[in-house]
Amino acid sequence: MARIGVVVFPGSNCEYDAANAVSDVGATPVFIWHSESSLGEVDGVILPGGFAHGDYLRPGALARFSPVMDAVKNFAAEGGPVLGICNGFQVLTEAGLLPGALQKNRGLTFLCQPTTLVVAATSSVLTRNARLGQHLSVPINHFSGSYTCDDATYEQLVANDQIVLRYLDNPNGSRDDIAGVSNEAGNVVGLMPHPERAMSTLLGSADGRVLLGGFVGLSADALA
Amino acid sequence: MNYSVIVDVTLRAGIADPEGATIERALPALGFTGISNVRAGKSFRLNVEAASAEEALSQATAIAQRLLSNPVMEDSVARLAGE
Repeated sequence: MARIGVVVFPGSNCEYDAANAVSDVGATPVFIWHSESSLGEVDGVILPGGFAHGDYLRPGALARFSPVMDAVKNFAAEGGPVLGICNGFQVLTEAGLLPGALQKNRGLTFLCQPTTLVVAATSSVLTRNARLGQHLSVPINHFSGSYTCDDATYEQLVANDQIVLRYLDNPNGSRDDIAGVSNEAGNVVGLMPHPERAMSTLLGSADGRVLLGGFVGLSADALA
Repeated sequence: MNYSVIVDVTLRAGIADPEGATIERALPALGFTGISNVRAGKSFRLNVEAASAEEALSQATAIAQRLLSNPVMEDSVARLAGE
């Protein structure tokens, strides 16, 4: 059974949701405090949502200096699966593990609503169980979720198939409707929507299981 | 010498600035017309111990680029306070 590290920063607030979701798809969650310098024995790492270090300066700006981030960088460089959700996505961009940046939403409103995502690449560790073009209902919950990058970066994203998920109806002004991106190798993925909050049809959607099941290494058949 | 340095951080040209745009739209209601290109940003003040003003500014510039701003979407300028 896969062991998935869930990094906890001061100010994280989705770590229990993430851990529950990991258990839900058959893996074992392990909390890792941000001051740890090692991840221990894990098969994947999740940086959960919240407000790491109070989001002071910029979301993710200070979290990248937490000691655990060196271990996350090494793990990613060795090909280990790394997933940043919401604030975790912001941390990964600030740490330079993912291209681009997240700025304030167009319209300056905090957005908390279901969104429809369109799967744009299936080569990443998050979308390997999904179908190209598949629609997934996953909620968002953020103020700074508008994805931005310069033209050169954007062309690279397109050329390397690094745009992993797009919004069907762009809620926040993200460039090219981008909801999630990966690194070039596809083992580091960040997204603003919260798949860990879409784990049960009783609560609105179970589409997050497709994403997180793939991330923890379940075969697509195991969830069917 | 101890130098007082101010670092200004603003969104890069071409990056949408919803905060600046919202402020700009509010100005006519107060009777201010003819105001355009409002950009919102941040300002930091720091005291830097250095041998010269140039050294203080180069330290502050490095801090601005590595921490105070995100070069993907923001520009930063360091200047001596009072100049």
